[in-house]
Amino acid sequence: MNTATHSLGVAASSSSRLLPLVLAGLLGIFITGFAGMAPISAVHNAAHDYRHSMGFPCH
Amino acid sequence: MSYFRNVVFLAAAAGLLAGVVLAALQTLVTVPLILQAETFEGAAPMQHAGMEMGDATAESGVPAAPESVPAAEQAEEAWSPADGMERFLYTLGANVVGAIGFSLLLVVASEFAGGVAGWRQGLLWGLAGFAAFVIAPSLGLPPNMPAMPVADTLSRQIWWAATAAATGAGLALIILRSSAPLAVLGLLLIIAPHIWGAPQPASYDTSVPEGLHQQFIVAVTLTNLVFWAVLGATIGALRKRFADSVPQPVRGFA
Repeated sequence: MNTATHSLGVAASSSSRLLPLVLAGLLGIFITGFAGMAPISAVHNAAHDYRHSMGFPCH
Repeated sequence: MSYFRNVVFLAAAAGLLAGVVLAALQTLVTVPLILQAETFEGAAPMQHAGMEMGDATAESGVPAAPESVPAAEQAEEAWSPADGMERFLYTLGANVVGAIGFSLLLVVASEFAGGVAGWRQGLLWGLAGFAAFVIAPSLGLPPNMPAMPVADTLSRQIWWAATAAATGAGLALIILRSSAPLAVLGLLLIIAPHIWGAPQPASYDTSVPEGLHQQFIVAVTLTNLVFWAVLGATIGALRKRFADSVPQPVRGFA
């Protein structure tokens, strides 16, 4: 727990880390949305079993 | 930009492992149930038609049936992988891609909080991801199977994403901040999407047996629990390696 508290204390405050994290987060949203929610029917059919198995809204 | 690269590499490595594990679990546990439900897909509209014929107030059955039928027909016309190995490979691919996406979200969230120290703390982050992306959305929108009636897909996707985001933010306020008002706000954020309510179908009529659906919900929830546990623990275990391999961001990563 000591290491945890120590680590959590080093928050991402510097602006040099903010931009990379925001970009990586947007990339994550895009990738997750593409695999789980893209309405393109070929993507839907390819990822059909994955979407159902993840509880993503599917047909 | 090496910090960005490290975050992405860490997320990709953990996502790859967790995605392969999840694909294996799905193939063993959830996909057989999906295939079983698909055998009812042709039966559902016929049952609806029969009910409409026998029912004097046919209009009540109409809104549910047309919404699900064209979607199924459309899906059949478009390309889809052949059953067997091809279908499995696309499921595997979707799992790896999706897992890297979830992994990026978990790494970014944990980096904002200072980063994950070790596999055990990573496991706790994984459980938070499980709560936000699996438990909370499935309260309003239980994992559905083929041949089951559903509300409009886009409105369900919006509710799903908003619920995951609100739950994640709520958990962050409760766990990462030690303030009573913020904890109350966090709880309200977690509850709010369910007061708003998830989009529901006009009718719940389905030929999929309730026992099969119940089994599927348990299977989806538990396979996802393992996925998020593996993902979080792997991120926690690998993070130090990625920090050590590149000198510059060590300070930021530590």
